[in-house]
Amino acid sequence: MSAVAGPGGSPGAGTTGVRLRAMRDEGRAALIGYLPLGFPDVERSAEAALAMVEAGVDVVELGLPYTDPVMDGPTIQAAVDVSLNAGTRVRDVFGVVERVSAAGAPTLVMTYWNPVLRYGVGAFARDLAAAGGAGLITPDLIPDEGADWIAAADEHDLDKVFLVAPSSTTERLASTVAASRGFVYAASTMGVTGERATVGSRAEALVADTRAAGADLVCVGLGVSTPQQAADVARYADGVIVGSAFVRPLLGDAPWAERLEALQAVVRGIADGVHGAREVSA
Amino acid sequence: MPDIPSLQNTQGPYYGDFGGRYVPEALIAALEELEREYRSAIADPAFMEELERLQREYTGRPSPLTEVPRFAAHAGGVRMFLKREDLNHTGSHKINNVLGQALLVKRMGKSRVIAETGAGQHGVATATAAALLDLECVVYMGEEDTQRQALNVARMRLLGATVVPVTIGSRTLKDAINEALRDWVANVDDTHYLLGTVTGPHPFPEMVREFHKVIGDEAREQILERTGTLPDVVAACVGGGSNALGLFNAFLDDADVRLLGLEAGGDGVDTGRHSARFSGGAPGVLHGARSYLLQDEDGQTLPSHSVSAGLDYPSVSPIHSWLHDTGRAEYRPVTDAEAMDAFRLLCLTEGIIPAIESAHALAGALRVGRELAADGRDDAVVLVNLSGRGDKDVATAARWFDVVDAEDIKNAATTEGSSL
Repeated sequence: MSAVAGPGGSPGAGTTGVRLRAMRDEGRAALIGYLPLGFPDVERSAEAALAMVEAGVDVVELGLPYTDPVMDGPTIQAAVDVSLNAGTRVRDVFGVVERVSAAGAPTLVMTYWNPVLRYGVGAFARDLAAAGGAGLITPDLIPDEGADWIAAADEHDLDKVFLVAPSSTTERLASTVAASRGFVYAASTMGVTGERATVGSRAEALVADTRAAGADLVCVGLGVSTPQQAADVARYADGVIVGSAFVRPLLGDAPWAERLEALQAVVRGIADGVHGAREVSA
Repeated sequence: MPDIPSLQNTQGPYYGDFGGRYVPEALIAALEELEREYRSAIADPAFMEELERLQREYTGRPSPLTEVPRFAAHAGGVRMFLKREDLNHTGSHKINNVLGQALLVKRMGKSRVIAETGAGQHGVATATAAALLDLECVVYMGEEDTQRQALNVARMRLLGATVVPVTIGSRTLKDAINEALRDWVANVDDTHYLLGTVTGPHPFPEMVREFHKVIGDEAREQILERTGTLPDVVAACVGGGSNALGLFNAFLDDADVRLLGLEAGGDGVDTGRHSARFSGGAPGVLHGARSYLLQDEDGQTLPSHSVSAGLDYPSVSPIHSWLHDTGRAEYRPVTDAEAMDAFRLLCLTEGIIPAIESAHALAGALRVGRELAADGRDDAVVLVNLSGRGDKDVATAARWFDVVDAEDIKNAATTEGSSL
């Protein structure tokens, strides 16, 4: 375990925090790319995640498919439906995490809470750590309900990425920051995942408030889908999280190789926006 | 006696191992505001006076207690009483909770309510209260349910509500709740999620029970007056569980009163096509609370099945889960066929057409009555919550019992659908 303190003083920086800090030291924000496990099947979801890394994603967020994804909009719901219908199992995540981590990108798993609860919180943490996974992003688990996960993550040296929202009170920002490790996920807007014309105007203030509550690393997600939006967010956040805009080119019936190329083109455009943001503004 | 803690009116967020707030952080501020406002409202005599006035003058409370001797003759001869929530305005118990929450919405200064509905009873009740109190109303309903309950869709639209058919997932109640939660996250500043049952994140289970406990408070008094004694068994159907908790709450501290919840057994628990969470589920998290849940070995929610849309839900109130695990209440599955038999029997013996949901409670009461009689307890008193009336279920029942010509009912259903 590293001696570097996490955002809230948790011991251990973890691979995500190390990567984000290294990039910040170089004057760059990170691009965090989401794709759902098992879409369109497990093997091709691994290929897509690796293609995303090759095209410029710095940190991977691999979504576990779940029947009731209340934080997800239509694009990701559609992909998750395909994944579940293809028979994706929770245990399939570990093999894909192992391959993506081996390619050099810290790999977080984004999951609604019940699949982890069912697998066993301790067992999931153990198997994720063994696969080289960085930690979990938990959209429907607030730290107040997460004592088991926090203990298991600390035991296995995993990142705990909790969310803050524009509606979070100062007290809740402080307690969420204190419970987080890796980074704090700032939801740019009050809403679900999906591409939007504009990124929520409250995002920048939320990042500032989250830092004021003690967070070292804050990344922004929800609604970021164009290079310009990504660049705007990269000027004030440590990382930009993109999901639906990366899932969209993989939907449809085009040959798989073409869909991968389309994904990489989108990733390259957004990665340029994120990585060059502070040079442009300087 | 004072050393024994009362089970009545237990406050959340936790009920034993169940309950909690498993929701996105974005909703926590709204849930905290709701908890504060609801606690202050029920302690405010002016608020309670207004609620009681509406219950009396608008809903028609107190609802009567009806003894049903011809029906009870088929239950080993025990005495049976029905708490007539079917006679409330809008035709079910749902109006109790809806009026309470809608008044709360006015008090919070919000202008828009959203709701989920399965059978349509909660949607109709919400649309009704929204019309009464001048609130914008959007109801999410699984597409499969909009087809099963086309008349209730029409009712909601006549009352001015927008009905949104949900076409994702299994297209039933659980998916309607997902869509309502997504709407709520995006519009929480001016919108209240008027959740229709005792599930969901804290404070919903506690608050919805609070607004329904009038059922049990009235029934306990009424049955004491009529029989001079407490009932031996209190029975109610359990989907999410609001009518059952509303009735059970008043009896929780009466240790000699058996509390019996009837779940939808669908085609039978062993077929896998059912909604019997306590017989065929395990604890897990869905829609904001930890409770019993139909799920596969990966924690994916399993589809539920029931002839009754209102009981067709894969999870159940955390308060029922707690009563189940502590043993204070007992839960049994009732199959579609048993429920429909009880439905028909009540029609023929008492001239009352029950909701198919409530028919599950009637079937459970018939069974427990026969068990009591077999033990020589044919003097027993059984109280059943008749939570809703069956007008909405006439098409389903007509098909089930084949009482109209198949072509006629098909035509009727088509006309029903096209008029929407």
